[in-house]
Amino acid sequence: MLGKTAGDLFWMFRCLERIENTSRLIDAGFRIALTRHTSAAEEWASIISTAGAREQFLECHNEFDASNVVDFLLRDTANPSSVVSSMEAARNNARLVRTALTREVFEATNECWMTLKELLKKPVKERELPDALSTIRRQAALVRAALHGTMLRNDIFNFGRIGTFLERADNTARILDVKYYVLLPSISLVGSHLDNVQWDMILRSVSAQRSYRWLNGGDINPKGIADFLILDGRLPRSLAYCFINIVDNLEYLATNYGERHDCHEQANALLDRLNSNTIDNIFEIGLHEFIEEFVADNNALGQQIEMDYRFNG
Amino acid sequence: MEDGAKFFDEMYGEDGSVRNPYNKYGEWIEDEQSARLSKKVREAETVFRRTGITFNVYGNEQAAERLIPFDIVPRIISAQEWARLEKGIKQRVRAINAFLHDIYHRQEILRAGRVPQNLIVGNEVFLPQMMGVQPPGNVYTHIVGIDIVRTAENQFYVLEDNARTPSGVSYMLENRETMLQMFPELFSETKVRDVSNYPANLRRSLAACAPPKCEGKPVVAVLTPGIHNSAYYEHSFLADQMGAELVEGHDLRIVNGRVAMRTTQGYAPIDVLYRRVDDDYLDPLNFNPISQLGVPGVFDVYRSEGITIANAPGTGISDDKAIYSYLPDIIEFYTGEQAILENVPTWRCSEPESLTYVLDNLQDLVVKEVHGSGGYGMLVGPAASKQELSSFAKKLKAKPAGYIAQPTLSLSTVPIFTKKGLAPRHVDLRPFVLVSPNEINITPGGLTRVALKEGSLVVNSSQGGGTKDTWVLEE
Repeated sequence: MLGKTAGDLFWMFRCLERIENTSRLIDAGFRIALTRHTSAAEEWASIISTAGAREQFLECHNEFDASNVVDFLLRDTANPSSVVSSMEAARNNARLVRTALTREVFEATNECWMTLKELLKKPVKERELPDALSTIRRQAALVRAALHGTMLRNDIFNFGRIGTFLERADNTARILDVKYYVLLPSISLVGSHLDNVQWDMILRSVSAQRSYRWLNGGDINPKGIADFLILDGRLPRSLAYCFINIVDNLEYLATNYGERHDCHEQANALLDRLNSNTIDNIFEIGLHEFIEEFVADNNALGQQIEMDYRFNG
Repeated sequence: MEDGAKFFDEMYGEDGSVRNPYNKYGEWIEDEQSARLSKKVREAETVFRRTGITFNVYGNEQAAERLIPFDIVPRIISAQEWARLEKGIKQRVRAINAFLHDIYHRQEILRAGRVPQNLIVGNEVFLPQMMGVQPPGNVYTHIVGIDIVRTAENQFYVLEDNARTPSGVSYMLENRETMLQMFPELFSETKVRDVSNYPANLRRSLAACAPPKCEGKPVVAVLTPGIHNSAYYEHSFLADQMGAELVEGHDLRIVNGRVAMRTTQGYAPIDVLYRRVDDDYLDPLNFNPISQLGVPGVFDVYRSEGITIANAPGTGISDDKAIYSYLPDIIEFYTGEQAILENVPTWRCSEPESLTYVLDNLQDLVVKEVHGSGGYGMLVGPAASKQELSSFAKKLKAKPAGYIAQPTLSLSTVPIFTKKGLAPRHVDLRPFVLVSPNEINITPGGLTRVALKEGSLVVNSSQGGGTKDTWVLEE
C-alpha cells in the first residue's frame, strides 16, 4: 500500500471520529445550558477548550454564548475541527483513497457528506439542534457500519482503525483534561448539585451515562467516573479500550509486514501504563499530570506511526 | 440550424418509422409511461451523486463538482455498422503507431515529402527527446479515443484522434451499469455487446507492454495530477477497477534506476505507468522544469527501458489538429491502403489560400485551435454573433498556423428523453482502443456524447453536453 494512502485512511477515520465526538460535546453542552442557565457560558467555554479551539474562537467572538459556540463547532470553516471542516476533509480523503475502500464505504461517506452539507447549509436553530446532532451521529455510524460489514481485515482496515482510536483517545483525554478539577476529591466532598451536573456532563460527552449507571447503580462519584473513562476496557470510549485496539491493529501490521517499528514499542508502553495502573495511583500522581502526559504521548505516537509507515515521505 | 428536419436521425427515418437497430427499443419506449421514466431519471441522478461520479469544471468555482447529465435513451449501432467502424479504427490506429515510430526514428514520411517537415519540427508537441527512443513493445499509443461523427446512413467521419490521454471511458462503463440497473428488461430483449471487460483488458494490455527490466508480474500504477483534476474520478475509477495503485508525482522517486512508489514498507518499483499527466508535466528534469506533478528523472528511466509510460511521451504529434488533415496520406503511406474512415475536409489556416477562404466563409465554418481540446476556444460560425465572428477573425489573422477550419457538419441526431417526450439532439461517438504488441482491442461502443441544448452542435461535457449509453448489437 502507498504510504500516502495509509496516511489518507488514517486521517479519513480520524476526521469521521472527530465529527461524532464534536456532536457529542455539543449535545452535552446543550443539555447543561438547558438545565443550568447561570453556568452555561462557563460550560460552553470549557467545551471550546476541549475541542482545542479556544484561540480560534476568541479571534472571532467575545462571548461564549450558545449560538456562537454551536455555530463555531458545527459550521465555521475557519475552525479546522468544525463538523463541516472535518467532513470536508474526511470526504476528500475518501476520494483520495477510493481505490482502497469498498463501494459501500465510499458511498456511505459520500452520502454522509451530502447529508451534512445540506443539514449545515444554514445555522441550525435551537429547536432543530437535537435532531441535527443525532443525524450527524447516525450518518457517521453508517460509515462505520459499512466499514465493519464490507472491508477486508487487512492493512487498509488497520490504518483506518488506528486513526479512529487515536482520535478517540485524544478526545476522551481532552474531556478529562478540561474537567479534571470537578473530579478531584477535595471538591467532590462538597457533593453539590452542580457537581452532579458536571459529572453527568462528562459521562454524556462520551455517551456513557447509561453504561455507567448499569455498572454502578445510582452511585455517581468522581473516582468512579475517572476510573471508568481511563481504565475500564469495557467502555468503548475509555483510554484503555482505545489503546487495546491501537496495539491490536499495530500488531496486525507488524505481523502482516513482518516488521516492527518504534511506534509498536511506544504503543505497548502506553497500554502497559494503563493496564498496570489503578485509579488511586493516578489520583496520587495527580490526575491532571497523568492526563497531560497521556495527551502528549498519544500525540507523539501518532507522529511516530506517520513516520514509521511513511505517510508523507 | 433553423431547419432541423435536414439532419439524419439515427432512430427515426424521415417518414417517422423506427430504423432497424432501434426496432425493439422503439416498441418498448412506446409502451412506457413518461412518469415512470421521469422517476427513473431522478433515480439515476441520485445514484451518480452518491457514487460521486462527478467531474470538475475549470474556471467555475461554484460548480466545482458537477454531474455529467446522463440521458436514458441509448444510442444503438448495428453489428454491420460497427464492423465497418472497427475495421476503420484499427487501420487508423495502426497507422498512427507506425507514423509515431517513423517520426521519432528515420522520418521516412518526411523524406518522401508526404508530410511537410516544418509541420513536425516546428510543432510544439513534437518531442525531440523522443528521437531514437524505443518504447517497450514498440507501442506508442496504448490507449486511443477516436472521435467519430455521422452525417448520413452510411457516412461516418473521424473528427479527431485522441492519442495522448483520452478520457471518458469511466462514463462508458458507468452508463452501462446504470442502464442495466434501471432497465434490466431491455437487455434480455435486445442482445447488446458487453463493455465491462474494459478495465481487465486495459490491465492486460498495459502489462503486455512491460519493460525489459520488469521482473515477475508487472506492477501497474495510474499517475494522476491529483484530486482537483477534472478527470480525477476517472483516474481513481480505473485504478480501482484494474487493481492498480493510484499515485501522484510526490509518491514516486527514482530508486536504483527504477521508478518506485513510496509504500508503507518502503519503495517498490513500478513497471508500467499509465499516466494521466501531460508530457510537459511528466518530468521537471527533462521537460517543463516548474512542474510539480511529475517525477524528476522518470524520462531517463524510460530511455534506459526501466519503465513503460502509457501513452508514450510525444504522441501528441499524431493527433495534433494540423497533422489530422494528413491522416489519409499517413494511412496510405504505412498501410498501403485507402483510409476506410473518412476525414472531415479541413482547411489549414497556415496555408494562405486556405486562410483567405476561411476568413471569407467564417460564418459557415467551425474553427478550432490546433492545440486546443475540450471545446475550449473554438468558434462555431453559424452560431456566433457578428461581434464574435469579427473578434475571432482578428485572432485568426494574428496567428493563422494556430487554427484549422472545417465545414459545419450536419451531425446525426439521436432522441433524448425530455419532459415533453423524445426530442432529437446531436451526438458524436468516442470508441476506446487498446493497443498492445500483439493486438488492437476496441470495446464495442464507446462514449456517446450528446448536445443537450436544442440545435447545439457542441457535445463537450465542459460545454454543457451529456452522455448516453452506447449499444452495439450482437450479430
